[in-house]
Amino acid sequence: MSMRETSMFEIRSTALAMALAFAACGGTAGAADAADAPHFGKPISPADAAAWDISIGPDGVGLPPGSGTPAQGAEVFAQKCAACHGDKGQGGPNARLVGGQIHGDGPVVKTVGSYWPYATTLFDFIRRAMPWNATKSLTDDEVYAVSAYVLRMNNVIGDSDVMDAKTLPQVKMPNRDGFIPLYPAKH
Amino acid sequence: MKSKSPSDHSIEPVAGNGLLDRRALLGRGAALAGAIGVGAVGTSTGAAAEPLAVEPWSLAPGITIPPYGVPSRFEDRTVRTLSNPKLEPRGSAARTPHHLLNGTITPNGLHFVIARGGFPDIDPAKHKLLIHGRVKQPMVFTLDALHRYPMVSRVTFLECGGNSAPLWSKEPIQANVQALHGLVSCAEWTGVRLSTLFEEAGIDPTAEWFLAEGADAPTMHRSIPVRKAMDDAIIALYQNGEPLNPSNGYPVRLLVPGYEGNMNVKWLRRIKVVDGPIMAQNETMAYTILLPSGKAWQFYYPQEVKSFITSPSPGMNLKDPGFYEISGLSWSGNGRISKVEVSADGGKSWGLAALQDPVLSKALTRFRMPWNWDGSPAVLISRATDEAGNIQPSRAAFLAERGAPKVTPGVGAFPMEHCNMVSSWGVSAKGEVSHVYA
Repeated sequence: MSMRETSMFEIRSTALAMALAFAACGGTAGAADAADAPHFGKPISPADAAAWDISIGPDGVGLPPGSGTPAQGAEVFAQKCAACHGDKGQGGPNARLVGGQIHGDGPVVKTVGSYWPYATTLFDFIRRAMPWNATKSLTDDEVYAVSAYVLRMNNVIGDSDVMDAKTLPQVKMPNRDGFIPLYPAKH
Repeated sequence: MKSKSPSDHSIEPVAGNGLLDRRALLGRGAALAGAIGVGAVGTSTGAAAEPLAVEPWSLAPGITIPPYGVPSRFEDRTVRTLSNPKLEPRGSAARTPHHLLNGTITPNGLHFVIARGGFPDIDPAKHKLLIHGRVKQPMVFTLDALHRYPMVSRVTFLECGGNSAPLWSKEPIQANVQALHGLVSCAEWTGVRLSTLFEEAGIDPTAEWFLAEGADAPTMHRSIPVRKAMDDAIIALYQNGEPLNPSNGYPVRLLVPGYEGNMNVKWLRRIKVVDGPIMAQNETMAYTILLPSGKAWQFYYPQEVKSFITSPSPGMNLKDPGFYEISGLSWSGNGRISKVEVSADGGKSWGLAALQDPVLSKALTRFRMPWNWDGSPAVLISRATDEAGNIQPSRAAFLAERGAPKVTPGVGAFPMEHCNMVSSWGVSAKGEVSHVYA
């Protein structure tokens, strides 16, 4: 920002602050009169925001077209994932994905199979954050396929199950009911 | 104690093993000397000082002042420790050296960092913040636009949900406070209220959740209650007065004061108002707490009341018996610290520490306690209480709720989240300080 812009802003700032303070006193977001807001944001259409709109809800909202099977996922996994997670998802330099347990006397091992409550999280996480050195490089079909393979290795789905926008949210994860939400109860 | 000063009756031991009344720190030397039982502070420890020499730096011009100042070359140990210095394919943790700092504000270069994939090299001219979802009008804000809004500043701590996790170990892990508690830091943050931007976009007044997402390679996101956004969330642009440090979110990060560090999304690129929690990997796999019952706590947001002693602390050595200031840090995600108690006898007796002004809500608060060490073994513990009445739990109380650890993990592991039990430092007769369970 240039000095000139700064000084212009300073002249306006008192009025803006008063307007915002008044809006805040209104209590609810809806009480903020749009005319009082500074309006330095630019409108954008959902279509133009689509490239960033990648979060997948537990109900499957946001899942894209495409599909994949465990067998297809095995090939992608061997090429793109096994170096860090082991050829069977048993872990390596990075996290174990398969097996483990959270109950009983043995050591706690949290994996997709033993701990994750939603299969949709798998698609969301792989698509945005994996592979580590080239995130967002997999196609949606490949993400569905790798998700299917990880679920298959954990015996959550069968060999012939196809994962897509309809089937993935319907997968019942073993630890689906294992969580106690503390918000809003303890806040 | 040899004697009590007849001139100051208020300065006397307040708890076992040599803890002195905190008011000894407020007065002049005579009060402290009276408390310790010597003529004046410092005169009891023997030989006179050496004759003074004129050093070279007093005889010739020094070094050109650099455009951006860096610490003295003699302070090369005052740095963060790095869990992943070669950026191998995994997360990175950089921990604050609390044993080498004092006060409450963490310098930007020493503020802790957790990152899944290094930090991004963001060009602020190209960075954008998108606000969409359940709003009347989805909006994009450039950095220039964000800088034109009215701003607020506040001092607040940030703490990783996994800070202090090494305390949840079968045996006390022998490591310094940087390794044990180095994932908490404190800074003054300046930026735009998130509520201002939500109001401009026209947030659905019935919406209860939004998600925040970073622009780095892993593009991590978290679900956060709208209530928090309307309370005190900030779209932060400045850290301790200068633009955000790149490893702490440059050019823009979310700040949700008091909530676990991971929710304070760095390199913020997107906020979406959503119907409910998105069930991100960071709120289902990570940042959940598995209990002995086999069920796990989820959405545990505030970093609860905690304290630890920075000096003396493990790895340090007390040279001689005599006066020491016990000093440490306390904080609560639920408000201000109301008191810190210190014990020098492993929790048998406690004295009130002095709290260094200003005591700010959701900010690191320095405490100080005068101590006259008699040279015998001691166990130092601090215990903080916040203004909501929450008391930092003992180790026994914490383990009773969370379960007892069965193994001693590596010091860099995260076997527990939101671990706020007290820390105990043992002082041997030789003056060596170690981590103990009291």
